[in-house]
Amino acid sequence: MSLVATQELLKIENLVLHFKTTKGVVQAVDGVDFELGTNRAVVILGESGCGKTSLSKALLRLLPRNVDKYSGKVFLQGMDVMELTEEEYRQNVRWVGMSLVPQAAMNSLNPVLKVGEQVAEPAVLHLGLGKTEALGLVFKMLQHVGVPLDFVERYPFELSGGMRQRVALAMALVTSPNLIVLDEPTSALDLLTQANIMNVLKRIKHELGTSFILITHDIATSSELADEVAIMYAGQIVETGDARDFFPAPLHPYSQMLMASVPRLRSDSDPIFINGQPPSLMNPPRGCRFAARCPFRFEKCSQEPPVIRKGNRKVKCWLHN
Amino acid sequence: MSPKIQEQREVLLSIRDLHVWYELRRFGFSHMGYVKAVDGVSFEMAQGETVAVVGESGCGKSSLMKTILGINIPTRGELVFEGRNLSKLGSEDLRNYRFDIGYVQQDPYGALPPFMSVQQILEEPLLISGVKDRRERLERIHKTMTEVKLHPVEDFLHKFPHMLSGGQQQRVVIARAMILEPKMIVADEPVSMLDASVRVEILKLLRSLQEKHRLSVIYITHDLSTVKYFSERIFVMYAGNLVEKAPTRRLLSNPLHPYTLALLAATSDPDAGNAEEFKEVPPGEPPSLVNPPKGCRFHPRCTKAIAGLCDEQEPLDFEPEPGHVVACWLFHVEEP
Repeated sequence: MSLVATQELLKIENLVLHFKTTKGVVQAVDGVDFELGTNRAVVILGESGCGKTSLSKALLRLLPRNVDKYSGKVFLQGMDVMELTEEEYRQNVRWVGMSLVPQAAMNSLNPVLKVGEQVAEPAVLHLGLGKTEALGLVFKMLQHVGVPLDFVERYPFELSGGMRQRVALAMALVTSPNLIVLDEPTSALDLLTQANIMNVLKRIKHELGTSFILITHDIATSSELADEVAIMYAGQIVETGDARDFFPAPLHPYSQMLMASVPRLRSDSDPIFINGQPPSLMNPPRGCRFAARCPFRFEKCSQEPPVIRKGNRKVKCWLHN
Repeated sequence: MSPKIQEQREVLLSIRDLHVWYELRRFGFSHMGYVKAVDGVSFEMAQGETVAVVGESGCGKSSLMKTILGINIPTRGELVFEGRNLSKLGSEDLRNYRFDIGYVQQDPYGALPPFMSVQQILEEPLLISGVKDRRERLERIHKTMTEVKLHPVEDFLHKFPHMLSGGQQQRVVIARAMILEPKMIVADEPVSMLDASVRVEILKLLRSLQEKHRLSVIYITHDLSTVKYFSERIFVMYAGNLVEKAPTRRLLSNPLHPYTLALLAATSDPDAGNAEEFKEVPPGEPPSLVNPPKGCRFHPRCTKAIAGLCDEQEPLDFEPEPGHVVACWLFHVEEP
């Protein structure tokens, strides 16, 4: 246990997750570092196929069978959870320290269990509570996420998409973890429901002091919760920084172009698009992975760019050297 | 709608009091009521005009679209396309009508048959519409693929959908919609499944095709931020009705209907300040279309609802200025 790490709720160092496939090794997460303080929310932004979801799986150790390489350090409240055995991890970390609201969570509820039983399950299994105690906790959490209490007696199919998403969130909250990983929490929802869910997340952050890792490709919605932003491209994090610094002036060329591609309701800027496609994670290019699409590339870009610190911000780009 | 538009351009599509109801049956026979997916929609569209229909899921956008495509049969009301009344067409004429309208689906991967190559996918509409000459078919495929910027064409012709990226798949879908040189395109959330950087590319492509061929486009979406890059007018749909119709600029600068206001308020722009405040969202959820609320369908969620009026009578159309129509009692009451 290092002393520096105890300052942070979560600290990730050089996290790697590679998958074996018949065609070769997919380097889905390739050396990710970042830190997150207590009661902060970090947004991990990236396009599809950049390794965002794999990162969430790597954090929660929900791994498929074809893992080729899984390494690095993940400190949760100072404890290196990568050192734990599977059983220790299950008992001390998953749900208790850190829980996940998976992608399309509203469709991942068990259709034959009532809402109340489902939300109570993690509390019964991980906190060892009795059924009545657990149900008390369930009521409390449902209140936090804005689900009417009589819904505990209902089945998931009787609920709308937004309500089911809230139930999934209540389930992640019921064990009072310090950190919740949200994988695309609003992508399948309607506009007004999205705004509602973002309101709920903000309220939970204020009321319960929970930290969030929000994984999404929806840049506009992500700004509703972000304290910090991390931009992911081709398995790597290319820029991190405080949201207040990042949104007005991103540093990495990819972040800049990504931000410029967002259509805006309240300004007349003409959105641009990024030419080309992200590289294959099977065989990523040497040096900077964005170089092929970058308008500012120069000779140095063929070498792996260093991570450059600029105050609180970090950017992985030769331009800022 | 707007007299100016009607003077300058020929009306292509005219919809009057359209109702699309689906019957509900218990055990397959006894009548249980109707799902009133589209309930009294009227508008006109000119040749070469682009219109966006904005609304949440379940508001009837898709039913409206399918009726325009000639897939659903209207329960009541009429749909006139270039002087042809759709409900009076025989099956042969209906087939020809469908050749005049292109359809761009939401999910490109789901919309493309996985076992057909790009060439087969694009050849199919030509075969069905009776282009017998193989050379001509190939020429038209080449021309359309170049137009949607799938080039070099030879590299793509023999690929299967799974070998293409999301953006390329959507280009194939657009090429398929364009290949019969339709007069109108119906695009159902054409970019919602795509990544941010590709999204803009596809929207710009659609825009350039629209301008080049003077196509009429109905753009169905829930994302207001993309609308202004694409359409001249916006129709806001709620629970089967069009609640507000206005030119895009005017709707964005001077929205009137409380539902439109709510939609605009809920749309975020990327800004760090967003994290500090809560959004105002109307309470509740869209009503059931089987038994919609009496009066204005938005009244149970509306903060400005007038008791005794909004919950009793259906709001009439109010036209604060030519071309801007809003179905809301608030604007009748304020007027002397």
